[in-house]
Order: sequence, then C-alpha cells, then structure tokens
Amino acid sequence: MSVTASSPIAAVTDETESGQPGGLSPSYWPFVVPALVVVVATILLPWAFTLWMSVSEWKIGEGHHFVGLANFAHMLADRRFGESIERTLAYTVLSVVAPLVFGTAAALLFNRNLPFRGLLRGIFVMPMMATPVAIALVWTMMFHPQLGVLNYLLSLIGIEPQDWVYSPDTVIPSLVLVETWQWTPLVMLIVLGGLASLPRDPYESAEIDGANAWQKFRYLTLPMITPFLLVAVTIRMIDALKSFDIIYAITQGGPGTASETTNLYLYSVAFSYSDLGYGSAIAVVFFALIILLSMLLLQLRRSSARLAGGSK
Amino acid sequence: MTRTSMPTRRRFVSATGAATGLALAGLAAPRHAASQTPPDPKRFAGTTIEVNLIKSPRGDTLQKYEKEFEALTGIKVNSEQIPEQQQRQKTTIELSSGNPSFDVVHISYHVQKRQFEKGGWLADLAGPINDPSLTPPGFWDDFAEAGKTFAKDGNKVGALPFSVDYWIIYYNKELFAKKNLAYPSTFEELVATAEALNDPRAQVSGFVARGLKNANTPVWSSLLLGWNSATVDPSGKLLTDTPDAIAAAQLYQRLMTKAAPRGVTGFNWAECQSAFLQGRVGMWFDGVGFAPPLEDPNKSRVVGKVGYGVMPSGPKARAAATTGDGIGVTAASTKKEAAYLYCQWAVSKQIGARMLQAGAGVPFRNSVLTDPAVREGVTMPSGWLDAVAASGKISRLTLPVIIPVTEFRDVFGIALSNMLAGSDPASELRNATADFQPILTRSEKT
Repeated sequence: MSVTASSPIAAVTDETESGQPGGLSPSYWPFVVPALVVVVATILLPWAFTLWMSVSEWKIGEGHHFVGLANFAHMLADRRFGESIERTLAYTVLSVVAPLVFGTAAALLFNRNLPFRGLLRGIFVMPMMATPVAIALVWTMMFHPQLGVLNYLLSLIGIEPQDWVYSPDTVIPSLVLVETWQWTPLVMLIVLGGLASLPRDPYESAEIDGANAWQKFRYLTLPMITPFLLVAVTIRMIDALKSFDIIYAITQGGPGTASETTNLYLYSVAFSYSDLGYGSAIAVVFFALIILLSMLLLQLRRSSARLAGGSK
Repeated sequence: MTRTSMPTRRRFVSATGAATGLALAGLAAPRHAASQTPPDPKRFAGTTIEVNLIKSPRGDTLQKYEKEFEALTGIKVNSEQIPEQQQRQKTTIELSSGNPSFDVVHISYHVQKRQFEKGGWLADLAGPINDPSLTPPGFWDDFAEAGKTFAKDGNKVGALPFSVDYWIIYYNKELFAKKNLAYPSTFEELVATAEALNDPRAQVSGFVARGLKNANTPVWSSLLLGWNSATVDPSGKLLTDTPDAIAAAQLYQRLMTKAAPRGVTGFNWAECQSAFLQGRVGMWFDGVGFAPPLEDPNKSRVVGKVGYGVMPSGPKARAAATTGDGIGVTAASTKKEAAYLYCQWAVSKQIGARMLQAGAGVPFRNSVLTDPAVREGVTMPSGWLDAVAASGKISRLTLPVIIPVTEFRDVFGIALSNMLAGSDPASELRNATADFQPILTRSEKT
C-alpha cells in the first residue's frame, strides 16, 4: 500500500520528523484516549493502589491505616525476605546461564545441514509449549526419591540415589534443571535467528587465514550474535525473576524455605497471611529490582550494539 | 460494611415455624421422626442457597446426597468444593468484603475458627439450636465435647460441629510380624520400634509423617501433647520453646531422620500415604480420615495388613491429637433460615452415619458412633473403628485457637524442616518463637 503525502500517516510522520513536541497534532489526541484509558485502568491505577497499600498496615478482615515507610523498614529486619532475595538472584543467574549455554550449542547444531533437521527442531521446541503446572507435576513424579524415574536411571549407571527437590542442598539446582529443560529451546530459536542473519564474507576471510572452528566461533560468531544473546538474556532474566508456577507446584518453596523465592514469599505474605500492606511493599521493592536489572541489561545491549558498529 | 443482622431466636421462630423444626427433627433423627407431628419441610421451597465446601471426602458426601435434601425441602442447593488452601483464601477475601457469594461455609476449626469469630463472619446459631420449635430435643447434647468447644464463641455458636479427625498410627502388620515386633505403647517404644523396622537395604522405612513445611507443624504439636502440653496456653502465651516443646521436637527429629524415607522433608500426607500404600513403611502417623485408600485393592498393596493404633503414651500423658470441621451460615446471608436447614441436615445422624460407614469422616455426634446398626455398616476394618472410639476418649486439640494459624504453621514448620537438615531443635524453636511472638501479639491487638 502506498502512502501519499496527503495521507494522515504521512502527516504524522512529517510532524514527528519536524520535531514538534509530542509528535502529534491535538486533532489526533482523541484516538489515543481508548488506549490511554486501558493503560491507566489496568497498569497505572493498580500500581498506584499497590503503592498506597505498601504504606499501609492492612490485613484482610481488619481495617487499614497509614504507616509510612514502616513496611519497608520491616523488610530490612526480615531475615526470610533477605534470604528470598538472595535465593531469587541465585536461581535467576543459573536459570539464565544454563539455557544460554545449551541453547547456543543447540542453535549451532541445528544451524547445520542435519538430516531430519526440521523434525528434530520441532521436537526440541516442544517443552516450551507445555503448560508449566503440567510440567511441574510430571517432574515432581520424576524427582520422587523412591518412585521417581530419575533415581532409577541413576541406579542403572551405578550412581547413588539423590534427594533432588527433597533436599535443601539440591533443590535449587533441581528446579533450574526443569527451567533449563523448558526454556533452552527459546534461546535456541533466538540464536538461530541471529545465526541466519550473519554474513558469509568474514568466515571466508577467516578460512583463507587458516582459522580453526573454535577461532571462527570465538572471534566471529560470538561477537556477531552477542546482541541476540543479550535479547535472550533479558527475556530469560525477567522470566526467571518472576518464576512462580513451577516452583510453587513442585516444592511450595520447601524444604523449609530452601526454594522460597521472593515471588513465593510475597504470595505467602499477601494471600496466606492476608497481609496486603507488607505484601505490597515487597511487590514494590521486587518490581524496582526487576526494572533496575532490566535497565542494566538494556544499557549493556546498547553498548554492545555500538561496539559492533550498529546504531543506537 | 453492610451486614445483615444475626438471626435471633424470635426471628427464627417467626420465619421458620414449628413445622420446620419438626422437619429437621426428621432429618436429624429419622428413627424418631415418625413419632412426631408431620413437618412442613417445603416451607422454604423455591429458595436457592449457595454452599461453599472444602474439597474432601466429607464434601463429597454432602454433594452426593444433596438431592435428597432438595427433594425433602424444595430448597435448591448450589454447592462447590474448593481445595483446602484455595478455599481458605477465597472465604477470607469474600467474607471480609462483607458480601460473600455463599450462604453456607465449611470451615476447618483448627485453622479458621478464631479468624471467623473475630471477623464476625458467621451467624449465631445458639438461638435456633435452643429453640424446641426449630431443633429436635437432644440435638446439641448429642455432640462430643470437643465439637462443642470448637463451635462455641462464648455464648454464641458459630459453625455446627461436622466432622472430627483424630491422629492415629497406621502400621503394617506384616512388617511388624517379620521382625516379631509389637505395637508400641510408649514414645520410647515408638522410637525403638521405628528404628527396628527401618531397613534401607530392603527399601523399608520404620516411620513416616509429614516433613513438608507448614504440614509438619501438627505432627510436632501432636507429639507435644504427650508431654501434657500445648503450643499456646489459655492466656495466649507461647509454650513453643519450653523444655517439653524441645523434647517433642527432638523426638520428631529423631523419628524423621533415623527411620523415615529419603526426602521426607518434602513429604505432605499424600507422599506419606503413597509410601505406606506401597508396603514400604512400618508406621505412618496422620489423621484417621486418610484410611479408606489403604483398604482399596485398586490403590493399595497393604489391604488387610493395616493395623490402626491409638497414639502411644508420652512421658506425661496419652492424647490423641484432634482437628475438626464445622459448617455454618454466613452472617451476611439473606437466606439464613434455608441455610440453617442445610447445616442441620449436613450434621444429621444420617449424613454422619454415611460418612462413618464409608470411612469418609468421623461425625462429632456420639449417637452415631455408639449405634450398633451404624457400626455394622462400616466398611472399614473393626480395628479402624476401635481406634476412632479409643482416640475420642483421649482427644485433645492439636493446634492453637489463634488467628494467625497459617503463619504459626509456617514459622514452626520451617524450624522443623531445618531440624531435618540437622539444625539444633532448641535454637530453631527459640528463633521461631521470637519470630512468631510479634505476629501473635499484633493479631490479638487489631
């Protein structure tokens, strides 16, 4: 479809390019109203309400009153909250790194001309399409120390049975295993997209210069797919930080609090203990943490793009 | 918050009339109904009530027979069962809003009683219970004392006592016979028997109970009853770091680390039951209501091999830990009379007998437990029924009647889980008590 200079779209483009404040003439503002109403009603108002609750003492079934920053001060002394933050960060780092490594390796593999490549790719991405709670229930059975298939498989190769999610020492790595199994395909798809867009010329030059496979990966492929990896890292990080369903369904944060991430603790405070005020304060801090980490990653991506010669 | 006023005796009399009372007499005591004036059970025909039930065999029983109630009264029942944890959240949120979507609510006394009382969420049923034109004579007297204690809030009566759950020890008679062991009569023997039964090479564990945080707290508090102590005294003081509480925690730690299956820290009742069903556990400590699958050949490898043991004596007392369910009318309901009829039907002898006979639950009504005709129809082994009857005689509440029960179970559940990982019981209980005391203090202040 061609767009003439007299069309509204062209007019908008012109105004934007002309640098007028807001980029839109007042005559277009009514068109923005429906979207604005939805954003205000579903995002801004709930957030404002959460902020207001976070400075209140409010338990379900009881009255509420303003307490200023008392909920935030309480958080500083709350051992369980502090530990949940540490656990969330550890879980997030592992849940980003492992799928990133395996996903990149899988992408490099599936980027080659393998027999049945399409079929194998299809099978590989299937975990990503499964429902988290269904996955959790299946893995719960597999992790069972007496009846689970994992310990049976270990016994076949002479390895002692493990406690998996039933031990404080192994619960986080076991949960990361599930997360990795489910989300490695997503990283693979992102990196595959990046690999498909790489130019051939640098590789031909490297081959003429006698570079081996590792050198080509290390000095050509890796730098060129870094922007794609950073996209994958951002998506995975946000996903892992807010991970709830799989952990709750498999361990409910246990044994003890060994797998209680901030999300699970927040849920307990708000809905099991009915403490909406303190729960909201935790939500506010957690949201700020996610925003901060996301901004750091976006900044990193911009720097990476600049180094690679791309535009901002 | 707008709330419909609670039903008074006069209001109930004018609204329901004597005929309905007699109808309920018929519902509650079918064998005597014929001797009374024919009631008018259809007085509230056409009314629709909403019933919120906890997902359980008791809830199943009510839903299974609710058509009978509808046919008898003409009252339409819309009932739903919701898993326990979600039901507690839903009812709390809806009742605190002042406009719940249900007229009848099924509650766990041991978790929700104090919260419901403080919120004023239940209609006071003392008036209608004491009104002879509404309630058959002897109705209230027929409930066990534990049930009445659960139901009462001073002079008020909240939820009617529906079912009781005693904690017993299920034991595998075959495994006991192999080692030539007898059922333990004291805590010391319990430990010795559990450790004698334990045989990791044969994949047999001597003992299993809940290890999962929150679910494990009643295990410890039930053991504590053997020291003739509770977790909170009548004045509201925490007794959770006393020498007795520490001794009970040490017993829990020993049983669960020396004789329990791998990974027991993550076991709730379902995992314990699963291990016992496989014939791999010597003793399992939990509520009596979990028995039916053990005698189901489609689910169990221990059919006919299960012994049902009353709790052994502790150092200072012998006590069967008790929890219970009630069913009541919401204070905000606009159909209190019809809802009350439903509650009376739910706790009737007929429903109680059906629950007992199916092993779905144990009613609080003494006349059901002592009725030879009811006992004859019980599908569970006689040992189960004997354990129920004997536990009733030494019954004691296992969880404190406080508002923040969930926090209590979480805080001490975490401490108990940590003990299974090797932590010192005394320091864990001291820390947990220090963490929980402000929560308890605050809950009673507001």
